[in-house]
Amino acid sequence: MPKATTGDVVSTEDQAVPTVGVTAALNEDGPAREQTVNTFELHKVNVHYGDMLAVKDVSLDIPHNQITAFIGPSGCGKSTLLRSLNRMNDLIPGARVSGDVLYHGVNMYGPKIDPVQVRTVIGMVFQKPNPFPKSIYDNVAFGPRILKMKGNLDDMVESSLRRAALWDEVKDRLKDNAFGMSGGQQQRLCIARAIAVQPDVILMDEPCSALDPVSTGKVEDLMLELKKEYTIVIVTHNMQQAARVSDLTAFFTVAAMDQTNSRTGVLVEMDETRNIFSNPKDERTANYVTGKFG
Amino acid sequence: MSSRVISPGVSSSGSPIRSLEAPGLRIGERIIKGLLWLAATLSVVVTTGIVVSLLVPSIGFFQQVSIVEFLTGTIWAPGFANPSFGVLPIVVGTLTVVFFAILIAVPVGLSSAIFLSEYATPKFRKTVKPILEVLEGLPTVAIGLFAFSVLTPLIRQLTPFLPWTGPFSIGVAGITVGLLIVPLVASVSDDAMRAVPRALREGAYAMGATKFEVALKVVVPAAASGIIAAFVLGISRAIGETMVVLLVAGAGSPVLSFDPTKGIQTMTAYIGSTATGDISQGTITYDSIFAVGALLFLMTLAMNILAIRMVKKYREVYD
Amino acid sequence: MSDDSGYSSRVAMPMRTRTAVGGAREVTEALLSSGDRKKKVRGIIFVSILLLGLTTALLAIAAMITWAFIAGWPRLDLSLFTNVPSVVLPENAGYRTAILGTLYVIGGVILLIVPLGVGAAIYLEEFANPRNPFNRFVDLNIQNLAGVPSIVFGILGLAFIVRGPLSLGFVAAAGSLTLALLVLPTVILASREALRAVPSSIRDGSLALGATVWQAVSKQVLPAAFPGVLTGVILAVARAIGEAAPLLLVGAVTFVTFDPSFFEGGYSTLPTMIYSYAKRPQDELQTLAAAGVVVMLVLLILINSVAIYLRNRFERTW
Repeated sequence: MPKATTGDVVSTEDQAVPTVGVTAALNEDGPAREQTVNTFELHKVNVHYGDMLAVKDVSLDIPHNQITAFIGPSGCGKSTLLRSLNRMNDLIPGARVSGDVLYHGVNMYGPKIDPVQVRTVIGMVFQKPNPFPKSIYDNVAFGPRILKMKGNLDDMVESSLRRAALWDEVKDRLKDNAFGMSGGQQQRLCIARAIAVQPDVILMDEPCSALDPVSTGKVEDLMLELKKEYTIVIVTHNMQQAARVSDLTAFFTVAAMDQTNSRTGVLVEMDETRNIFSNPKDERTANYVTGKFG
Repeated sequence: MSSRVISPGVSSSGSPIRSLEAPGLRIGERIIKGLLWLAATLSVVVTTGIVVSLLVPSIGFFQQVSIVEFLTGTIWAPGFANPSFGVLPIVVGTLTVVFFAILIAVPVGLSSAIFLSEYATPKFRKTVKPILEVLEGLPTVAIGLFAFSVLTPLIRQLTPFLPWTGPFSIGVAGITVGLLIVPLVASVSDDAMRAVPRALREGAYAMGATKFEVALKVVVPAAASGIIAAFVLGISRAIGETMVVLLVAGAGSPVLSFDPTKGIQTMTAYIGSTATGDISQGTITYDSIFAVGALLFLMTLAMNILAIRMVKKYREVYD
Repeated sequence: MSDDSGYSSRVAMPMRTRTAVGGAREVTEALLSSGDRKKKVRGIIFVSILLLGLTTALLAIAAMITWAFIAGWPRLDLSLFTNVPSVVLPENAGYRTAILGTLYVIGGVILLIVPLGVGAAIYLEEFANPRNPFNRFVDLNIQNLAGVPSIVFGILGLAFIVRGPLSLGFVAAAGSLTLALLVLPTVILASREALRAVPSSIRDGSLALGATVWQAVSKQVLPAAFPGVLTGVILAVARAIGEAAPLLLVGAVTFVTFDPSFFEGGYSTLPTMIYSYAKRPQDELQTLAAAGVVVMLVLLILINSVAIYLRNRFERTW
């Protein structure tokens, strides 16, 4: 099986255009905010469901305050890998993660790490909008309430909704049930809900797959806005979407394992998004992005 | 903007990061989980309690009466100076109840279920199903009294050719228990038939089958394991029914007889009537309640396990 | 918004449907060989038989309610509720102490089954790993307990609650505890079903915000499942109210002429009192028994209606 070509991804002073292969040492003296930092560093990560190997030997880095996209055909393990980044996999009986998942250098599966605490720092938005069957206000306020965050709750709700570009649409009906919103609004509400707990990272699992094109456009605009403050990892089936919003793209595929006859996801390559789409190193990536496969 | 306390820490690359460690021991969460676990485990304690409460006196009982004599004896005379503990008469009484109950509950329950699942409009269904559930929730004491006051005289008038004697009848008790378990049989069968995928019905309709043929030859066979489970659950319920039997068949004579017009004792009626009388603890008669209870428990347990398996079977196929 | 997903899961083709396909083939063969009118007649006869079955069941309910009102009519007055039991003066006997006894017993049942039943359901549905053998055993055990005859719970009550380890004696508390254990599996099974009906996306949504499992359950899942849980509890209470057999073994048969208390002295309940009256030969007591049935029927139909209303009113399609 081919070796995953994972570069040490580092951004330069020019935030918009990350370059691949430059070492972090170059930026060591810069101010902390602009310094290149990897939010996640994965080294030889395997994810098992019971006896089934779902993701094999993934090593990659996810840089700070950028949008990283995971693409690939169904069953390639991209969602599974995403869910291992905030330990949502812990909730599935039999799921097991091995290898190193480092969050700012800290092993996320270390003995002292608390999965509940992990999820307050690393938020998640799901494939299908899943607002709670409560008012818009209560949806956003849920996180701050359970985490007993200090401060004015009304202000937190308002600022979260503003940053999710939803405030103007809902400010007059905050007490209405969230189920009365359109699908796109519901998804932006879920993003606002995630922002409200002030995470560092937002993981998005195919956030637009249940939305119409107009709503999808709004969510994509929102992502580009949010990456100023958050590291975003997005799983998408939609290659145009990956091309539009992401700075880096990781392409995964399914490899049939000879010994177990099961389907396992592997990382093919990870690079700047424009390289993945215009100049991929691996033939399988080229076939996928040009639509020959998948 | 952020008012949350951020735990200090330094990443490999030098920027401050938030701690991923638990802010506390989450003691409240642990205590709650422990309490919930206790609540769930209580059911095991209850089962253990049932087994122990049946077993301990039964052991005392079987030291005085051999198991073979108990299971094969044909004379049940516990209260007498020279007592006899052959359980067969009251087992036959129970089985007679089950026989008549099934005779009523299977056709009535199954046809109700087929109608509700295959023919009824959603509106009709929504009205009738709750009414059937009301029947299921009616107190058995009320049903027993109704059967004794209305059903028994009615059936006697309809069948003057039968040799009716005395006010009690185990046959009528069985019929009443049958009515009582109709809702159970109907709702479990209905669930099973509704679990049959629409595609199967549509496949048959596409071949030109009529509604009647689809219902009887496609849906019923496909739901067979669930329907059988409904019958088995009904049998189990009929074995354990007490009040109807006490009221309609009487606490009567424990003679070995298959005559449905007579008032014959059943296992449950024996337990119910004996335990309410003045029987001192430690006597063999007192212990015999538990021996009969143990037999009753084993019979229903076997039925229930069978039914759970059958329901699981159709769920695995269609869910 | 979830209608279409529900539909698609229903039409999904199952793996094993051999019997049904065989049936369908038989149908087709029959279709090619038989006449159309014969088929129509057969269909009509079939529906008639089905309706006959359904009508029998419905008729039985109607007949019973009618009978109870007619037979109990002479005693359907206020004295029914205020007079105490009496065999000497049957025309003056009533249900006062039995109704109070039922209130005590059922009050205790509610206090016990709500925390224990809902708690067990929450543990099994939200916390327990379904692959853990002990949890599977607990699950199977509860399903089995739901089918254990009520009189066997009476035996348990007699041996463990009235006598044995708890030794409460023949008091209302013993009746409460016995009935609570009897209906507990019903509450657990109904509550689990209600919890299971809440989509897992609600759980994931809460947990992804850093909620603990208990926070997700208590703040989101349980409120969403509340109508279903409540319906289960109400139906279990209705069953406990009408239950007589296990109470025969734990003391609720005495002709109590004084108002009962929970932990002391004899007690009786509505259904066991009806049974006690019905067993006696006097005509007045037979009438009284029927009048008691009316009281119980009205009460239970009311309770059941509330449960059914709640279920229909708050039934949510996700």
